[in-house]
Amino acid sequence: MSDMHQHSIRFVRETMLPQAAPPVAERGIVKWMRENLFSNLANSILTLLALLAVYYLAVETLPWMLNGIWDAPSIRACREILDGNVGGCFAVLTDRWNQLLFGFKYPSEEYWRPSLAFLLLFAAAAPVMFFKYLPGKLLIFTAIYPFLAYWLIWGGPFLAPVVALLGFVAGYVVWNRFVTSSFAAGFFGAIAAAAVTWWLGGVIVDAVAPENSLLPSVPSRDMGGFMLNMILGVVCVSLSIPFGIALALGRQSSMPIIKWICVIFIEFVRGVPLITLLFVANVVLAYFLPPGATFDLIIRVIIMITAFASAYIAEVIRGGLAALPRGQYEAADSLGLDYPQAMRLIILPQALKISIPGIVNVAVGLFKDTTLVSVISMFDLVGMIRGPILASTDWNGVYWELFGFAALLFFVVCYGISQYSQWLERELTTDHR
Amino acid sequence: MTETAQMQISDEIAIQIENMNKWFGSFHVLRDIDLTVYKGERIVICGPSGSGKSTLIRCINALEEHQQGKIEVDGTLLSSDIKNIDTIRSEVGMVFQHFNLFPHLTILENCTLAPIWVRKTPKREAEETAMHFLEKVKIPEQADKYPGQLSGGQQQRVAIARSLCMRPRIMLFDEPTSALDPEMIKEVLDTMIELAEEGMTMLCVTHEMGFAQAVANRVIFMDQGQIVEQNEPKEFFNNPKSERTKLFLSQILGH
Repeated sequence: MSDMHQHSIRFVRETMLPQAAPPVAERGIVKWMRENLFSNLANSILTLLALLAVYYLAVETLPWMLNGIWDAPSIRACREILDGNVGGCFAVLTDRWNQLLFGFKYPSEEYWRPSLAFLLLFAAAAPVMFFKYLPGKLLIFTAIYPFLAYWLIWGGPFLAPVVALLGFVAGYVVWNRFVTSSFAAGFFGAIAAAAVTWWLGGVIVDAVAPENSLLPSVPSRDMGGFMLNMILGVVCVSLSIPFGIALALGRQSSMPIIKWICVIFIEFVRGVPLITLLFVANVVLAYFLPPGATFDLIIRVIIMITAFASAYIAEVIRGGLAALPRGQYEAADSLGLDYPQAMRLIILPQALKISIPGIVNVAVGLFKDTTLVSVISMFDLVGMIRGPILASTDWNGVYWELFGFAALLFFVVCYGISQYSQWLERELTTDHR
Repeated sequence: MTETAQMQISDEIAIQIENMNKWFGSFHVLRDIDLTVYKGERIVICGPSGSGKSTLIRCINALEEHQQGKIEVDGTLLSSDIKNIDTIRSEVGMVFQHFNLFPHLTILENCTLAPIWVRKTPKREAEETAMHFLEKVKIPEQADKYPGQLSGGQQQRVAIARSLCMRPRIMLFDEPTSALDPEMIKEVLDTMIELAEEGMTMLCVTHEMGFAQAVANRVIFMDQGQIVEQNEPKEFFNNPKSERTKLFLSQILGH
């Protein structure tokens, strides 16, 4: 071995080298740019072209945005102030701010009510969204919130939402009492109990309601603006998820009648454009109702959008259910868990986690689809813009600013939902931590 | 071992299967199965793949439905009534080839879930029981981890502990070591041997013939959906009677 080495291999270090910083080209921003922007000739050219594009975009839009007029009574006044210069006429937003948010018929002295309901929405959603970090008791507020929000937005006798809540409570109590002996008894008993409570409550509310209630009543046809989009979006998303779960489980049921009802519902609703369903809600449903019966238009629209979204969500969740290994069902069964327990504790938590991206996809799509109600002459955000605002002589011709604002509002909400869902997915990861 | 083991077997019947037949579609998977298992027995079921051995033990806790004949578990006749099936399932533990732990729950939650929801045990008590059995399978320190963070052998031991937390009277093992690395097979078999020594009634589908020789008091050989031969392990391995058994043994013991 040793004779293979011609020279000495002995070496002893006498001075230790101090740590040195990496060369300039290999650290920080320079390194990042070299690796990501200028790694070779083609990439460098693309980077320069992209920079050029960004530059032109900025040159074209920045003056428009920065020169924008925020205070003017009409588009003509705007143009006079601009005097031929480039600039947006954002004054339409400040001038019609309340109309954009609340529609043009909601009484302006009551604007605080939907605003408060909107703020409380965060408090109500938080216990569900951050269930790991907030105590479960807060869910009580989440349960009360729909009734509170209804009362705030629509006003009217305070007893009405209380009776609605009591109906659900009565149904739940009966369900809890009888479901252990028989599912059917619990299910139909709960429906009966709720119906009786609502009927009795309706009679009582009509009898005792004071002439002037604490919050003046606002009829549904006065709802509008972004508020209407939020109402439809929040209600339909939160209703369509449980309905979607029920439909997905029903489609997997071994009971043929339940299975076929679910299959037919899903396939029919998915096969029809939403706009058709909305027209049905608006016009056709009235033919099926007894003459003189009024059935709130917002409720009809909510039913249709919810039906539409739950059919899609059902299919997304079915995909999640199909992705679970059979062994999970077998393990749950072999431990003696019954069907509701197995679904709630084992199957759905995993299936829903897999389905999160799909559910969010549907939810975001649904939220944007709420603007379709403008077609059936409801004045949501887009309906307000296309109708009262653009039609007025003051603001006829202001397109970019208005639709840009609408796009921004929807983008903020949808981006928020998307970010939350990605956070939730990371939160629920349980392997290889 | 065999002497003492023999003494633990009582005359009480744990499982009684009579004339049981099962079809998958038109395929006759189980044919005229008759089997009586006494309390404290440790039975190893072996046979070539597709011989119906897994299906047989899955019929015992109704993971598979049988079409003819009767199965009686611990005195309860297995019927299609869902309550009756859930009762039997909570008395019979099952360990799967692929562990089937619940990946969204921690090890401890995996073990306490069924006691809390099925047996209505208070949470604190269920957790104590779970820790007791996790110590028994020698992984109490993993209690707060998720199944995905454990090795295969550890997962299978958790699966055994999870079944034991229900205090079952009968344990079914469906090829518990087939999905494991050779190194991990031993730790699982050791756990099973310990369980056998405590007198648990066990039915075990396995190809581990060493395990069969060490703990089983009866070996059943199945082929084409039928019980071809059953005997004490010593006789079974040294002096098989049927030609099919001889062929099978020569193939699995030959290498």
